[in-house]
Amino acid sequence: MELHPKVKNILLLDSEGKRIAAKYYTDDWPTNTAKEAFEKTVFSKTKKTNARTEVEVTALENNIIVYKFVQDLHFYVTGGEEENELILASVLQGLFDAVNLLLRGNVDKREALDNLDLIFLCFDEIIDGGIVLETDANVIAEKAGINSFDPNAPLSEQTISQALATAREHLTRSLMK
Amino acid sequence: MAQPFVKKDDDHDDELEYSPFMGIEKGAVLQEARVFNDSQVDPRRCSQVITKLLYLLNQGESFTKVEATGVFFSVTKLFQSNDTGLRRMVYLIIKELSPSSDEVFIVTSSLMKDMNSKTDMYRANAIRVLCRIIEGTLLTQIERYLKQAIVDKNPVVSSAALVSGLHLLKTNPEIVKRWTNEVQEGIQSRSALVQFHALALLHQIRQNDRLAVSKLVGSLTRGSVRSPLAQCLLIRYTSQVIRDMANHGQSGERPFYEFLESCLRHKAEMVILEAARAITELDGVTSRELTPAITVLQLFLSSPRPVLRFAAVRTLNKVSMTHPMAVTNCNIDMESLISDQNRSIATLAITTLLKTGNESSVERLMKQITMFMSDIADEFKIVVVEAIRSLCVKFPLKYRSLMTFLSNILREEGGFEYKRAIVDSIVTIIRDIPDAKESGLLHLCEFIEDCEFTYLSTQILHFLGIEGPKTSDPSKYIRYIYNRVHLENATVRAAAVSTLAKFGFMVESLKPRITVLLMRCIYDSDDEVRDRATLFLSVLGGDGTLDTDKDSKEFLFGSLEVPLANMETSLKNYDPSEEAFDINSVPKEVKSQPLAEKKAQGKKPTGLGAPPAAPASGFEGYERLLSSIPEFAAFGKLFKSSSPVELTEAETEYSVNVVKHIFDNHVVFQYNCTNTIPEQLLERVNVIVDASEAEEFSEVTSKALNSLPYDSPGQAFVAFEKPAGVPAFGKFSNTLTFVVKEVDPSTGEAEDDGVEDEYQLEDLEVVSADYMVKVSVSNFRNAWESMNEEDEHVDEYGLGQRESLGEAIKAVIDLLGMQPCEGTETVPSNARSHTCLLSGVYIGNVKVLVRAQFGMDSAREIAMKLAVRAEDVSVAEAIHEIVANG
Repeated sequence: MELHPKVKNILLLDSEGKRIAAKYYTDDWPTNTAKEAFEKTVFSKTKKTNARTEVEVTALENNIIVYKFVQDLHFYVTGGEEENELILASVLQGLFDAVNLLLRGNVDKREALDNLDLIFLCFDEIIDGGIVLETDANVIAEKAGINSFDPNAPLSEQTISQALATAREHLTRSLMK
Repeated sequence: MAQPFVKKDDDHDDELEYSPFMGIEKGAVLQEARVFNDSQVDPRRCSQVITKLLYLLNQGESFTKVEATGVFFSVTKLFQSNDTGLRRMVYLIIKELSPSSDEVFIVTSSLMKDMNSKTDMYRANAIRVLCRIIEGTLLTQIERYLKQAIVDKNPVVSSAALVSGLHLLKTNPEIVKRWTNEVQEGIQSRSALVQFHALALLHQIRQNDRLAVSKLVGSLTRGSVRSPLAQCLLIRYTSQVIRDMANHGQSGERPFYEFLESCLRHKAEMVILEAARAITELDGVTSRELTPAITVLQLFLSSPRPVLRFAAVRTLNKVSMTHPMAVTNCNIDMESLISDQNRSIATLAITTLLKTGNESSVERLMKQITMFMSDIADEFKIVVVEAIRSLCVKFPLKYRSLMTFLSNILREEGGFEYKRAIVDSIVTIIRDIPDAKESGLLHLCEFIEDCEFTYLSTQILHFLGIEGPKTSDPSKYIRYIYNRVHLENATVRAAAVSTLAKFGFMVESLKPRITVLLMRCIYDSDDEVRDRATLFLSVLGGDGTLDTDKDSKEFLFGSLEVPLANMETSLKNYDPSEEAFDINSVPKEVKSQPLAEKKAQGKKPTGLGAPPAAPASGFEGYERLLSSIPEFAAFGKLFKSSSPVELTEAETEYSVNVVKHIFDNHVVFQYNCTNTIPEQLLERVNVIVDASEAEEFSEVTSKALNSLPYDSPGQAFVAFEKPAGVPAFGKFSNTLTFVVKEVDPSTGEAEDDGVEDEYQLEDLEVVSADYMVKVSVSNFRNAWESMNEEDEHVDEYGLGQRESLGEAIKAVIDLLGMQPCEGTETVPSNARSHTCLLSGVYIGNVKVLVRAQFGMDSAREIAMKLAVRAEDVSVAEAIHEIVANG
């Protein structure tokens, strides 16, 4: 029996409920059709709610779904009905803030699609096979954002915050040696 | 030159629907993926192509085996580039492609190299990828590195290794178990997440060792866990340990409760919630234990964060099912949540209030709900309707306002499931509260006047046919029913015809009018409707002699003698041929699975969905089953059937339980056998009973079970004769005998030759409780006083040291097998004395009433004063004897 918190999926949908990125960690939705149907239900159930300031939550088909919207982007994290919704909320918040950092505050569909690689990496750094890997947005963004500050790239091309992050990383690395 | 202009135009379009992936096509992307094979790797370009591939996969596009292999092989070439960003994408795509085992070898060396790289990011990710795709044999090769990684200085690397361990434990437990020492070191880590992952893995490794888990919990609850997530885990493990200890009969103070309680003061809200939930879910939680948890949840109710409010109201809603009193303190906060923006929260608040509310608040609540119902979705409405149904059963006096509410919402718009929930609720109320019948039936009649759901119409018509004729003025329903014959589709028309016939048959005065109405139906355009009308006309037109009356009654109201499920399978298997379908060939043995039933009990269908007759495991079912077996038909009326007694341990090869059926001068043992081995077929299954320790019984007959295939339960019977009309006791030892045949699992066919074998079952006893039928009396005091006071037998007993009063009372009730009256079987948690009222009928149809007074002293010694009144003095004495010997 596994007692650790489990995340069933992470969804990022657009303002029409279309999938921008999604990652499923269980077999509850075995086919793409089942996944799309789930996303459709989730979207239609939540689209009218106001989840722009606070993380919102709902129950659907024995699942707990926490969600937050910004611009034309809809973020969802799903867990089982026994799950602690505050843990799910902390995963969602981590994802949301990390994406915000990575997209430098311009969080909308266009920016997300332009940087889809970062979104995928972000998903990958938050959850590993349903297990919470990291919830601190700064750590997630740093790990996922690694390719945007290629050490070989000239410094002028990096933003200040990236430069700082690189510097911090170098510092921690030298400290730990 | 024209290019900038075109680009501008593009930009303009893009503002409507922009996507860098617009018009993306799998074939083209696979072509682009050739760039991976270039001798000079362009990291930027390659990253883009990988993103496109990931996008396709993410949108649900599937790659054929050949395509996936092709991409995988070319991706592996990218390991020559040292661009960190590209490498990160390479890791990601390898995981998504999930290469097959014969392809994995090509990347293992690259990944192993990365696993030992100086770059932390490489190490962490290489571990995660490698562990995702690796096989057992290769795993042993890299085990050394993984153990090292667990204790790596960098928390990211260490977490990667630990989480991978959690995944690997499912496939290669024996390897992961060897890492215990390293994992233990991880628990001491300064990093919150490492601690969390290490704790999860350590517990997972030790989960089957009860003692080790208990020790782990014991040492950690003293406070070395810093991470909130790890603390949540620890709370979950603690609850598990508490449950285990209770199951293994350890009594006394609840261990670790203090730890849970201290977590309620943790600074992280997720820990507080986890602890509060753990406390509310403790087995047999007392109100004193509950209070601190309820208090923190109450604070959450007024939080500005919806997730917190939801979490709190959801937990309190669960608590209200078992401890409604404990939640009443939160009612004021709960009422303000009815207008919560988040409708999930509002619905949970309403249903909680419905459970905790008292009789006087019902009307006020209904008013609030009426306003609320118009703006929520159907699925929430169903939850509310179900809560109202149980409220009505709880406060029968309030049925009027609840029924009005239900009939109002029945008239409003709504989907099928919602309407069905309302109709089911009305039906339940009609069944449970006789006073509500007439108004309820009229509401249903009005509903079918304008009902778009054929299923609901037919079900309501059927229900009307059974209940309608029994009302004071059956004629008023006829109009509604006959209207259906004019206005509806064929299915509903046919149902209406049947219902009319039932009225005509049951209500003599209506017969002529019904006959006229039915006459009109014989010209219906539909075959079934015409057939039914003709058939019922001839039934109604019968000459009215007693015999045909009985036959037609059986025909109209009788239920099918065979279980519907069996009938369905038999009909499916029936091969249309010369030979007519024989209903007698349908097995009457019900597939009863006590365990599954127990689980399903909470979800029993109610209302219309429930089968009209009790399933065959109930008394009526047993009665029907036994009377259908010729050998037992002559035994007369069944007096009592016991609940099933298990004769085997759980999870043995053959699972057997027994039901004791008591007749006036016979006892029949019904052995419910289940074969749990898929590779075996049992034949000629019989139970050999040794009754040498039961002198008053003599075996008269037995009925073997011809065949017992895997997982489809069957019954064998043994019948004994016993002295008529009086109880007889004894102990029986049982042996299951049978012929085993091997079954080929692939074809499902059994071999011809079998081997005889036997299987020892546990002993079975016939005790006095088997002769007592639980019969409740509505007013105990009246019943008690109507019995002759002089026949009362009073005596006092010491019951010795007990855990609680409730436990002692339960023991006495079980011993006597009597029905507790007026809810006196439940004891207030801190009471030191209690009176329990019991009633029953003893064999020979002797009514028995018992008044048992319990008292407990400081040493938990329990004394009982037992007063028995029975219609027969000897029976009252017998009851005392039972207690004295028990």
